[in-house]
Amino acid sequence: MFSGLMMNTWIAATIVAVIAGVVGFFAVLRGSTFAAHAIPNGAFAGAAGASLLGISTLIGLAVFSVAGALGIAAFGRRARHDVATALVLVMMLALGALFVGVSTEYAQETYSLLFGEVFGVSSSEILPIAGLGVVSIVAIVVIFRPLMLSSAMPEVAEARGVGTRRMEMVFLLVMALATSMTVPVVGALLMFSLMIGPAAAARSFTPRPGLAIALSVAFGVATVWTGIVVSYETNWPLGFFVGAGGAVFYLAGRAWVTVRRTRTVRVGRVRAAATA
Amino acid sequence: MGHFFSHLFEPGLLSNGPVRVAVLVGTVVAVTSGVVGVFTVTRGQSFAGHALADVAATGGSGAFLVGLNQFWGFLAFGIGAAAFLEVIGVQRRRGRDVATGVVLGAALGVAALFLYLASATTSTTGASFTVLFGSIFVIDSSTVPALIVSGVIALLIVVLLSRVLLLSSLSPDIAAARGVPVRAVGAAYLIALAVSVSLSAVAIGAVLSTALLVGPAATALRIAKGPLRAMAVSALIGVVATWLGILLAYDSYYWPPHGHGWPVSFFIVALVVVFYLLTYLRRPSRSRRARAAEAHSGESACSAA
Repeated sequence: MFSGLMMNTWIAATIVAVIAGVVGFFAVLRGSTFAAHAIPNGAFAGAAGASLLGISTLIGLAVFSVAGALGIAAFGRRARHDVATALVLVMMLALGALFVGVSTEYAQETYSLLFGEVFGVSSSEILPIAGLGVVSIVAIVVIFRPLMLSSAMPEVAEARGVGTRRMEMVFLLVMALATSMTVPVVGALLMFSLMIGPAAAARSFTPRPGLAIALSVAFGVATVWTGIVVSYETNWPLGFFVGAGGAVFYLAGRAWVTVRRTRTVRVGRVRAAATA
Repeated sequence: MGHFFSHLFEPGLLSNGPVRVAVLVGTVVAVTSGVVGVFTVTRGQSFAGHALADVAATGGSGAFLVGLNQFWGFLAFGIGAAAFLEVIGVQRRRGRDVATGVVLGAALGVAALFLYLASATTSTTGASFTVLFGSIFVIDSSTVPALIVSGVIALLIVVLLSRVLLLSSLSPDIAAARGVPVRAVGAAYLIALAVSVSLSAVAIGAVLSTALLVGPAATALRIAKGPLRAMAVSALIGVVATWLGILLAYDSYYWPPHGHGWPVSFFIVALVVVFYLLTYLRRPSRSRRARAAEAHSGESACSAA
C-alpha cells in the first residue's frame, strides 16, 4: 500500500485535502456552496476541450475554471447570485457535453475526470499540484484578514473600504486555481465533497476561525486517508468514500451542536431552579 | 427559397420516429420545467433544483445497474431527495446551501459507486455519459406515457398551488398570517420540482436539466410583467429552445466532424443561455423610463419645495 506509485497517491491526496479544507472553510462561511460545486464541475469541460485539441489538461482546466469564476462574479452583479451560478454552470457543462460528443473515444476519461483517478497519479504530476497548492494557500494567507471581514461582516468590510464584489472575485479566482490543480487527481465531484463536508463540520465544532480551518483540514485529510485505505482494499471508487466521509463528519457536527444546545438549556434550567 | 427550407429542415425530419418522440417529450419537459422554474427562481432554490437533478442522476445510474428503465431510478431518487431536503430544512435560508451541498456530495459519491459497479459487471461503456448528459433521441418509447403523465402531474400541482405558492415565496410571514400552511405548500412544491427535474434529466441529461429549469424562468422574470405571464413566457422560451435545439442537432449530422452529430443537449442549453443574455440588450421599457423620469421630477419638485 506504500509502494512507489501509491506514495504519489498519498502525497497528492493529502495536498488536495489540505487545500480543499482551507478554501472550503471560506466557501462555507461565505455561503458560496453552489459556486464551489459549479467551478470544479464546469472545469471538467475545459479538460475535455483540452483533450480534444491535444493540449495539456491542466491548461484547459485553468482556462475554464477561471472563466467560470469570472462569469459567476460578473453575472452575479446583475442577477440573482444562484441564477447566475446555475447558468454559468450549465453553459460550461453543455460545452463539455459537446467536446465529449464530438470526440469519439472519451467515455472512460469522462468518468475519471468527474469521479477522479487518484490511483494513477504520476511523479511528474506531483510538482505542479504542489506548486499550485502553495500558490493558493499563500493567496489565502495574504488576503486572510479582508476576506474574513468581508465574509463575516460584509457591511463593516464595505465601510472600511474592502469591496465585497472585489473580494468575491478574488476568492472565486483562488477557488478556480485550487480547482484546476485538484480536478485531475480527485475529480470534479470529489473536490466539491472535500470542500464542503469537512468545513461545515468544523464550523459546528468551533466558532474560532483559526481552529475551524485547522479542524477542517484535519477532517479532510482523515476522510481522504480513510478513503484511500478502504478504496485500496475493496477496489470501490474513492469518490464514494469521500462523499460518505464528508456526510459523516457533517452529521457529527450537527449532532454535536444539538447535544450542546440541549445541555446548555438543561444546565440553564437547573440553575434557574436552584436560584428559585 | 424552397431549397433554403429543405436545407434548414432536413427532409424526413418529422417522419423520423425518434425525432417525433423527442419533440413530444421535449415539449412536455420544457413546459413543466418552465412553469416550475418560475417558482424555483423566485424562491432562490436554483441550487436545490440542481442538486435534485444530480441526486436523481444517482438513481438513474442505480437503475442502469439493476437493469430497470432509467426514468424510474431518476424519479425515485429525485422524490426521495426532495423529502430529505425538506426534512433538513431547505426552506430556511441560513445554512441550507451547506446542507444541500453535503447531501449532493454524498449522492454523487454513491453515483460514482453505481457507475463503477455497472462498468465492472456489464461491458457497457459510456454509462456515465448517458446518465449525466442524456440524449433526447434515445428515449425508450415505452416510457413516453409515464413521462407525459408525470409531467402533467407536476404541472397541475404547481398551477393549482400557484397563488398560495407565490404568496408564500414572496413573503412567508404574510402567507402564514393568512392561514396558508407554508411548510406543506413548500413540501408539495419540492415534490413537483423533483418530478419535473427527473423528467428533464431523462430528456437532456441530469446535469443539464438545471438549464431548462432556471434559464427560461430567469429570462421570463426579466421581461414579463406579473407571475402568470412570466409562467407562460417561461414555458414558451423553453419550448422554443427545445424545438430549435432538436432541429439544429438533427442538422448537425452534416456538420464537421462527419459521421455523427453534435449533442442535442448542447444546443438546448446554449439557446437557453443566449435567450437569457439577450434580455440584457433590451433597453428599459418606455413605461419604466417614464416612471423613472416621473420619480426624478417628483424628487426635484420636492427639493424645490
